[in-house]
Amino acid sequence: MSQFFDEMTNGATEPRPLYDRIAEWLRVSPPALLDSRREQAEILFRKIGITFAVYGDKEAAERLIPFDIIPRLLGRDEWTRLEAGLIQRVKALNMFLTDIYGRQDILRAGIVPSDLIFRNECYRPEMQGHSAPHDIWTHIAGIDIVRIDEEDFYVLEDNCRTPSGVSYMLEDREMMMRLLPGLFSQHAVLPVDNYPDNLLASLRSVAPPHCPGDPCIIILTPGQFNSAYYEHSFLADKLGVELVEGRDLTVRDDVVYMRTTEGLKRVDVIYRRVDDDFLDPLVFRPDSALGVAGLMGAYLAGNVTLANAPGAGVADDKAVYTYMPDIIRFYLGEEAKLKNVRTWRCREPDSLKYVLEHLSELVVKEVNGSGGYGMLVGPHASKEQIETFRQKLLSDPDGFIAQPTLSLSTCPTSFPGGVAPRHVDLRPFVLSSADGARIVPGGLTRVALKEGSLVVNSSQGGGTKDTWVLATNAK
Amino acid sequence: MLARTADNIYWVSRYLERADFLARLIEASNRISALPTAYAAKQDEWTSVLIASGADETFPEHFDVANEGNVIAYLAFDPRNASSIRNCIEFARTNARAVRTALTVEMWEHINSAWIKLKSFEGRNGEPTAIDREALIGFLDFVKETSSLYDGFAYRTMLRNDVYYFSRLGVSIERADNTARVLDVKYQLLLPEHEPLGGSVDFFQWSAILRSVSALTAYHWVYRESIKPWNVADLLILRPEMPRSLISCYGEVVRWLDAIGNQYGRHGDPQRQARAIKRKLEGASIKEIFQSGLHEFVDGFITDNNGLAGAIAEHYLLG
Repeated sequence: MSQFFDEMTNGATEPRPLYDRIAEWLRVSPPALLDSRREQAEILFRKIGITFAVYGDKEAAERLIPFDIIPRLLGRDEWTRLEAGLIQRVKALNMFLTDIYGRQDILRAGIVPSDLIFRNECYRPEMQGHSAPHDIWTHIAGIDIVRIDEEDFYVLEDNCRTPSGVSYMLEDREMMMRLLPGLFSQHAVLPVDNYPDNLLASLRSVAPPHCPGDPCIIILTPGQFNSAYYEHSFLADKLGVELVEGRDLTVRDDVVYMRTTEGLKRVDVIYRRVDDDFLDPLVFRPDSALGVAGLMGAYLAGNVTLANAPGAGVADDKAVYTYMPDIIRFYLGEEAKLKNVRTWRCREPDSLKYVLEHLSELVVKEVNGSGGYGMLVGPHASKEQIETFRQKLLSDPDGFIAQPTLSLSTCPTSFPGGVAPRHVDLRPFVLSSADGARIVPGGLTRVALKEGSLVVNSSQGGGTKDTWVLATNAK
Repeated sequence: MLARTADNIYWVSRYLERADFLARLIEASNRISALPTAYAAKQDEWTSVLIASGADETFPEHFDVANEGNVIAYLAFDPRNASSIRNCIEFARTNARAVRTALTVEMWEHINSAWIKLKSFEGRNGEPTAIDREALIGFLDFVKETSSLYDGFAYRTMLRNDVYYFSRLGVSIERADNTARVLDVKYQLLLPEHEPLGGSVDFFQWSAILRSVSALTAYHWVYRESIKPWNVADLLILRPEMPRSLISCYGEVVRWLDAIGNQYGRHGDPQRQARAIKRKLEGASIKEIFQSGLHEFVDGFITDNNGLAGAIAEHYLLG
C-alpha cells in the first residue's frame, strides 16, 4: 500500500465514490484506447500551438506541456471549502499590500519583521505611500494547493505577480470534451469557460475614474519568445483585447497610448505579463526593452491601471508566506481556512540549525525563486548537491526557507502501456475586482510525470490534467 | 488596430503569396529544363529564375554556377536565402504567431500545421545538389495548397474590417510585384522580332511564362488563338479578368486601400498613389507599351509598386 493519499482509491481496493465512473472507465478501456487518445491530444495541442519555451534549452525552443487524459476530480463539498479559503487568503493578501505600501500597521504591530519587507527584492520603494485603485494589488492570483489527506488543503505557494497556467485550465477542458465526450457527459462537471468573461469584468471594474465609457484594456506581453507567450495571445483572443508589446506603447504627459493604424489611442487598463523589473526603464531596469518609458509615471498619476500592481510580489515571497496565518488573523480577525505547509525560516538561527541537520529530508527553496528552479529536494539529491546547498544556506540564510518533503496526493495518470499514480498539485485562479472576488470552479492540475517525482513545474518535466469539480459531493 | 499587428498580417500574406509564386516559377522552369536540348533557350533558364525570384544577388555567394539542382535547392529550401520558400513559410508563421489574436483559429492552425509539415520536406531535400523530383512535385503542391488554403480560410472566416483589408492588401501588392518580375526577366522573349513559329523554342518559353503565373488555360479562354507574345504581355499587364495581371492586382489594391480609408474616415497618400498607378494601367494599350518599351514600362511599374508599399508602411504599419 502506498504511503500517499491517492485521490482515486485512498488506499482502499474500492475507489472513493467520487471516482466510481473513472475507475470503471479505466477498467474497461483497453490500453490502446488511452494511448490513441493521448496521441490525438498531442497532435491537437501542436496544431493549436499550445507550446511553451524552456529557458536554456535551445533545441526545444517550443515544447509541448504533456497532457494527461485522466481527469482529476473534486467534489462540490471539497471545492466549497477550498473556495472559501482562497477568497479569504487573497483578500488578506490585498489588505497586506495596501498596508505595506501605506500605513504599515502590521510592521508596527511586530507581526511581520520590517527587514523582511524592506530588504525584499520584490518590495518597490517607488510604490511607498501610493495606493492601488480600489485597494486591489493582485487582480489575478494563482494559489498553489496540495493535498496530503482526504480532509485538508494546504497552500504551497502564493503567486501574486503574473501567475500563468490559466490557458491550460481552459484548453485542457476543451480537449477533454473533444476527446472523451462520453466520459465527460457522465459527470456533472461545473464549467470553467466563463473565466475570460470574469477576467474582463474584473479588469473593467478597476479602470481609472477619468474613463468615460468603455475602457481601453490591453494585455502587455514581453513578446513571442517569452515562455508564456501562448497564454498571452490566448487570453487577448478570448477577451477580445489587443496584445501589445512595449514598443507598441508610448507615454505622453503621463498618459499611455498605443500605436495603431489610425494613430495613437489612449489605454486605460493594462493586464501586464511583464515583470516589475522590466516595466519602465526610467524607474526599474534601465536596460529593459520590454517595457515603456514613463509607464510608472502614468500609473502613479492615476491615468492607467496596472494589473497586477507593481510591487505586489512582496506578498508572494516565500518568507512572507510563513506569516500568512498571522497576516490573515491580523486583517480579518479570522483563522486561516487553508493551512500553510510547515516551514522553517532559515533566517532564524534555530531553524537554520535544524535545516542544516536535516537537509537530506527537506525541500529547500529560494525565497524569491519560482518555477522549480534553484530548489533542493533532499531525498532525491546527491551528496554534492546537498553540500552545494549547505554552502548557499550558510552564506545567505535569509534567502532560503525549508519545508518537509510533502507526501503530495496522487492521481491515476496514463502512460504508454499503462496507468499509474503520480503526484499532483492544483493552481486555482482568484480574480479580485472592485465588486468582489471571482473564482471559476477548477484550476490547473499539474502532475509530476516521473515516477516518485514531487516537482510538478512544467519547466521540470511536469504535465497537466483537466480538473473536474463535480456537482456532487465527495462525501 | 495596432500598427504592428497590421504590419504582421500584411507580411504573412506577402510571404505566403511569394512562396506560391516561387513554387509556380520552379514548376514552370522544371518543364523548360526537361525539354530536349534542341529546344533549349538562348537565355540560361536557371539564371533567369534566380533573377525573377530576386535571389540572383546572394546566390553567387554560395555557388559558382547555377544549375537545376542548386537553384531549386536555393529557392526552395535554403535557409541562407532570405526569400526561399522555406523561409517564406517560416517568416509567415513567425509573423502569424506574433499576431495570433488577429487571425481566426482556422488561419492560425492552418499556417502552424503547414510550418510543422515543412520540416518533413526539409529532411528529404536538405542536400543542395540532389533533388528528388517526385518529392519536389509533392513539395510544390504542398506550398501552393498552403497559400490557397490560407487565402480560403481568410475569405471564409475573417471579419470584414481593417484586419482583413490589410491581409488582402499584402496579397495584391506582392502578387503585382511577382507578375512584374516575371515580365521583367522574360521581356526579350516577348519582343516583336520573335515571330511565332509553331513548335518553336519560344512557344515553350511563352507557355512557361504563362504557367509561372498560372495563366496558361486562361490565355486560351481569353484569346482563343495560339500563343502570341503580345497577347501574353496584354494578358499579364492589362487584362482585368486575369487575377494575376497588373491591372487586376491594382483593382484590388485600390479596393482594399479605399476600404481602409473609409473605415478610418480618412484617405491619404497611399490611396492617392494607388489610384495614380491604376489610372496609368487603365490608360495604356499594349501597342503603346511595346512602342515606348516593354522593359521600361515594367521597370517603371516595379518602382511605383515599391513606392506604394513604402507609403503604406509609412502611413499605417510603422505607427
